Amino acid sequence: MNNPEILIIDDEPQIRKLLQITLQSNDYKVTETSVAKEGLIMAANHPPDIILLDLGLPDENGHAVLKKLREWYSKPIIILSVQNNEEDIIKALDNGANDYLVKPFRTGELLARIRTALRSPVNDDESPVNIYNDLEIDLAARQVKKKNEPIKLTATEFTLLSLLAKNQGKVLTHQYLLKQVWGPSYINESQYLRVFIAQLRKKIEDDPNKPLHIITQSGVGYRFL
Amino acid sequence: MITGNLNKTSKLNQYLGSIAYVIVVAAICYFFSDIIGYKVAALVLMVTVSLIAMFFDILPVLLAALLSALIWNFFFIPPKYTFHIDNAEDVLLFFMYFIIASVNATLTFKIRAVEKVAKKKEEKEKTLKLYNTLLNSLSHELRTPISTIVAATDNLQANNNKLSEQDKADLLTEISKASLRLNTQVENLLNMSRLESGVIQPKKDWCDINELIYDVVNRLKENLENRTVTISIENDIPLCKLDFGLIEQVLFNLILNANLYIEKKCVIGIKAKMVDNRLLLIVEDDGKGFEPEEIDNVFEKFYRSKNTSIGGTGLGLSIVKGFIEAHNGTIRLENIKSGGARFTIEIPVETNYINNLKNE
Repeated sequence: MNNPEILIIDDEPQIRKLLQITLQSNDYKVTETSVAKEGLIMAANHPPDIILLDLGLPDENGHAVLKKLREWYSKPIIILSVQNNEEDIIKALDNGANDYLVKPFRTGELLARIRTALRSPVNDDESPVNIYNDLEIDLAARQVKKKNEPIKLTATEFTLLSLLAKNQGKVLTHQYLLKQVWGPSYINESQYLRVFIAQLRKKIEDDPNKPLHIITQSGVGYRFL
Repeated sequence: MITGNLNKTSKLNQYLGSIAYVIVVAAICYFFSDIIGYKVAALVLMVTVSLIAMFFDILPVLLAALLSALIWNFFFIPPKYTFHIDNAEDVLLFFMYFIIASVNATLTFKIRAVEKVAKKKEEKEKTLKLYNTLLNSLSHELRTPISTIVAATDNLQANNNKLSEQDKADLLTEISKASLRLNTQVENLLNMSRLESGVIQPKKDWCDINELIYDVVNRLKENLENRTVTISIENDIPLCKLDFGLIEQVLFNLILNANLYIEKKCVIGIKAKMVDNRLLLIVEDDGKGFEPEEIDNVFEKFYRSKNTSIGGTGLGLSIVKGFIEAHNGTIRLENIKSGGARFTIEIPVETNYINNLKNE
């Protein structure tokens, strides 16, 4: 992908200016707007590779904008928020955001998130075998290898891991994971998720206490890298 | 205390109380009237009115003065059981009694009013002092990083050609440090105001204590570079129902605090274990510890250690306390005998021991 295009929808001119300089100097093509209405039109006329969306827009609620975008736009959307409000973030993720950053964020972090989001496959049913650094996941054979050594996973562990891996880079909320892996009636039974994440980490991480694959998003969910 | 009770005592109760006290005392005097004589009875009644004046409002007190005067006249001054008074001396005594009782009541009331004003003023001064402490601390803590940023950027803009690459890099590092510091202060202020306004309701969910502690330590990676941190978590510690974010913030503040105040070679220890149905979290270090007289104050808002030049709004530890109390928990600080400080957190928690689901 040459020079991916990024659309910034944020009402703060300073933030837009800084993002523009940062992103352009990292070889991204940047378009920007301060209003939701214009953002939606720009995205429709010329779909970007990724959208950075601020939740606090003057003309329309950021969650509503996100929903409208997700009706047709399937590429990554990263939320920029000034509030570290878990409920708000979970809502945005449930409405289809891939990731979120709370202002103020470090530039390095932003670039890393953008890279991850762009790398993550939008459509992944072409190849059943996916490689994530030292980890190899074969979705068809339901097999996992770490450093070429097969790892024994239980059925639930495999379902959880493959769901996380399929959404590489994307933050999956606790409730989403519980619903997808255990079913809708388990949506509040977070104890299962905690136990299985701990078990998975013991099997696939070099140091389960310093995980490099399954990253904790405090109070929100997990992200696979 | 007395004013507090006074406010709760309704007006009606005060009137009834005045009447009751006067009647009871008068009855006792009447019982002993043969021994004490009617003039002493007058003094005893006057003492009663004075005592009532110390606690009640002016109108009930005046009522007591009037009532006691009439009772004295009717039951004590000869001829008894009439309001008629025979000799001129007793008439004079009666009017003097009434005037002294009334003046007494009014004066006591006025003194109390003045006291009230003085107390209010004192409270106001106290608030003002706290406010000033806050302003001083805040303006210092916010302005220092802002000054750094303004000065460094000015310097970069004006002297760009004269500065060496090293100077430029140093200035940029200072700007970066200052803005992170500013962010911490603002974060603390926001948390404090959230606590003060009572909007903090812990959203409790099952937490893996290992995950919680290591997540904080991993997040503090940059700050804890070159620092030895020992973590000891009880084996098979159960899942606990806690607000992950709030407890993370608690540990974050405690570890960051310890890291700021102890010397380079010192070690930070983090421990977690269950005692009955309470989760015990300990953050300790082997630094110098706290001055004994400081230990009681460290959790107070805007309190800052006296012999230190390290910045801080003095909010970090009071936020910690607030978040713990929001979980109905407690936190205490003590000095370790062999040196160092230990923060011990105890939180009553719901636990879940389903640590083994390997068959699924």
